[in-house]
Amino acid sequence: MRKYDKLIFELSKPGRKAYNLPELDVEDKCIKNFIPEEFLSDSEVNFPELSEVDVVRHYTNLSNKNYGLDTGFYPLGSCTMKYNPKINEDTARYDGFANIHPYQSEDCAQGALQLLYELDKSLAEIAGMDKMSLQPAAGAHGELTGIMVIKAYHENNGDFNRNKIIVPDSAHGTNPATAAMAGYKIVEVKSTKEGLVDIEALKAVVGDDTAGLMLTNPNTLGIFEKDIKEIAKIVHDAGGQLYYDGANANAILGHARPGDMGFDVVHFNLHKTFSTPHGGGGPGAGPIGVKKHLEEFLPVPIVQKEGERYFLDYNVPHTIGKVKDFYGHFGILVRAYTYILTMGSDGLKKASEIAVLNANYMANKLKEHFYLPIDTLFKHEFVLGGLKDTLSEVTTLDIAKRLLDLGYHPPTVYFPLIINQAIMIEPTETESKETLDEFIDAMIQISQESKDNPQILKDAPNNTRVSRPDETKAARSPILKYEG
Amino acid sequence: MYPYIPTTREDEQEMLKSIGLNSPEDLFSDIPKDLQLNRELNLPKSKSELEVSSYLTALANKNCSISELTCFLGAGAYDHYIPSIINHIISRSEFYTSYTPYQPEISQGTLQYIFEFQTLICNLTGMDVANASLYDGGTAITEAALMAAAHSRKDEIIISKTVRPESIQILKTYAHVQGLKVIEVDMKDGVTDLEALDGLVNDNTAAVVVQSPNFFGIIEDLKATSEIVHKAKKASFIASVDPISLAVLKKPSELGVDIVVGEAQGMGIPVSFGGPYLGFIAARSEYMRKLPGRIVGQTEDKNGKRSFVLTLTAREQHIRREKATSNICSNQGLNVLAATIYMVTMGKEGLKEVALQSTKKAHYAFEQLTKSGKYKPVFDKPFFKEFAVTSDLCPENITKELRKANIIGGYNLGKDYPQLENAVLYAVTEKRTKDEIDRLSSVLEGIK
Repeated sequence: MRKYDKLIFELSKPGRKAYNLPELDVEDKCIKNFIPEEFLSDSEVNFPELSEVDVVRHYTNLSNKNYGLDTGFYPLGSCTMKYNPKINEDTARYDGFANIHPYQSEDCAQGALQLLYELDKSLAEIAGMDKMSLQPAAGAHGELTGIMVIKAYHENNGDFNRNKIIVPDSAHGTNPATAAMAGYKIVEVKSTKEGLVDIEALKAVVGDDTAGLMLTNPNTLGIFEKDIKEIAKIVHDAGGQLYYDGANANAILGHARPGDMGFDVVHFNLHKTFSTPHGGGGPGAGPIGVKKHLEEFLPVPIVQKEGERYFLDYNVPHTIGKVKDFYGHFGILVRAYTYILTMGSDGLKKASEIAVLNANYMANKLKEHFYLPIDTLFKHEFVLGGLKDTLSEVTTLDIAKRLLDLGYHPPTVYFPLIINQAIMIEPTETESKETLDEFIDAMIQISQESKDNPQILKDAPNNTRVSRPDETKAARSPILKYEG
Repeated sequence: MYPYIPTTREDEQEMLKSIGLNSPEDLFSDIPKDLQLNRELNLPKSKSELEVSSYLTALANKNCSISELTCFLGAGAYDHYIPSIINHIISRSEFYTSYTPYQPEISQGTLQYIFEFQTLICNLTGMDVANASLYDGGTAITEAALMAAAHSRKDEIIISKTVRPESIQILKTYAHVQGLKVIEVDMKDGVTDLEALDGLVNDNTAAVVVQSPNFFGIIEDLKATSEIVHKAKKASFIASVDPISLAVLKKPSELGVDIVVGEAQGMGIPVSFGGPYLGFIAARSEYMRKLPGRIVGQTEDKNGKRSFVLTLTAREQHIRREKATSNICSNQGLNVLAATIYMVTMGKEGLKEVALQSTKKAHYAFEQLTKSGKYKPVFDKPFFKEFAVTSDLCPENITKELRKANIIGGYNLGKDYPQLENAVLYAVTEKRTKDEIDRLSSVLEGIK
């Protein structure tokens, strides 16, 4: 592969240009006629000067330094790196979706509103909820919106003393961060040896100061919280609300629904469960769904239908207000709806079945060679606790780096925090048995290498363009922009 | 079989057998019986690609697109030229199917373009540090305000009524749950009333937020505003800007701004019914360790090679949990790439030409529309690419009549400002031609 190490700024050469605009066709008056000189800049913007070929080749070369889902297996736990269907990319780019202005009149946007309405209905059915808000921009944003809805509900009940949100110690970092951002104190509840919420510990912390509990089910260990109804009862009896973190929803589509488990608010990560691309970090979408008693608190606008007409409804009695510009990440919502239409009720159900089958198949094979702290029936993912030989100098980080050499994106590592040397594997349903077997073989090879030649793991990766960049140095003396 | 599920029936049987199960249902035996959904989801069955695309094509065709009509609507989403190379590059699946660059060895492509984006945003705004982006311009204002409140340990946010109304609403939503107070400062002739602001700034002020060009397209006097803001100790001056305007307007850094935010949709991202867009935030170096979201830094790998990593992660939720500076964990990834390609493609000259052409055409349109006196200027202040006019006609009626002429008309300001009933805000970008502007003007003249 071509060696390429330039920054775009290093390609700049005065006099080059990569664009062409039509000649100005109105009278060319000096800008000073319109804008007083005191407001005008007297310096040039420091942007590079390039040809179109420079730009295209530069970013094509950068793309070659990336590993995408289309490159290979991406068993990243909690992230649901399933295949991103190509038709989704086409539909989001349809002229009638990509090129419509958010403020054009509703009668000129009936197709877009219909799509939002149908997606709202579909997601609500999958979640077992009554009404969705499609606005949140990401999972964390959905969490924040959902917790704000819960807060508004308590406040509307005149209940201002509920200042605590309970999260399990296995929760995603966004859960406590979200609750704190919404002005709550965080109470952590520990897990049992089996990796489930400790019911007695939960009973001990709930009370009249409990605003709610945030939970993902299956949890971050990939285990279904079988006592979820009891958990819901404990929280509800104390006057709290139940929040479902939908990061792991890929395990249960068409098999079980958060709404039926007793959850009051859910969010889905459309970029996980509903196949929209992760885009190197975004944009995603994190719509939320609520039960009837919380509908009146949803952010505005919500999408409604009256007769044959679809419209944006700003008339939500106790709305928390607005949380996002316009109506959400429409382009992502189009992709997710395309996926739901393609898969249908039968395909979604099948997807969860195979996702769960793949995880259990891998866990069963790998437990011979790695430490599996909790051995049970998993849902869509499972967590290894590093090598069986706990005295080995080889760490989970070394294993992850060696996987890079063997052509894989490593699993999620060192999460959840409650498992030492955690390696969290989520294969998803879009990987073939052959791919799983090859990955299992690679893992077995690494386990063997840790005994025979641990240095190979300590030195890894060796086949990548850079190896173990110094993160401490980056944080200690930050260089956050190109200085020339 | 489903195209995205490669497992054959035979594979399935073999795999089930290897884990000691008989049927797929056994995989869900840990879910209590009464919680299992013992029916099909009430959704249509799976469909072929042809069926899905024809259904969605029909839905898309029910909308009027701005590529078929002529768009004079802005108010936060703009019809700027998008170079065709952008879509080609962001369609490379090494970019769009990759995850957050937590594994730097196989993510140097993503990490490097974010580093380039941060550099370009710093160059444009004159700030010391920028992050890897935020959800959109509206939430960026809120994140900046929350950062200022944390920085100053004060709880009053003053925001001008000339800031985009949705941004003010978002700020209020977040401020409510954090126990922060939002104070709106009035406007005078379409700009922030600086005398009123002077009366509001005090020792409790955490931040003052102004937008320039503001919601009416008018350029605010940031320098004079900054002098008032900085009378209060530790108060941050936050300016929300149109990044394209900075090709001709003074840099916020020269005007005393501490934190610059904005919406970069106009730089290579389609209007797409309101999202996904691209918020950005840049600040003076003292805010570096308080910024929300991801930041990429340059470092060296073990062989001394220049490389890029996510850095200053001690601010973030996956490390700090409830003590994080924000709960944000994603950024706008692919849209960051789109805007980066836009900025380097347009380059020094191109961005300026876009800004100048937009301003000149907007002023031409303003002259044409107000020539006969039927439509009157609402404000008498210098503007960039948007302006407001008012008349005796009701805005809904104007929109309808323009639509008949295949024109998407302006934004009805009366919705947000009762005192501006009948006022309409028009946006003119470099894409509009003299003919299109003349046609807008003549159709408007003809409306009864």
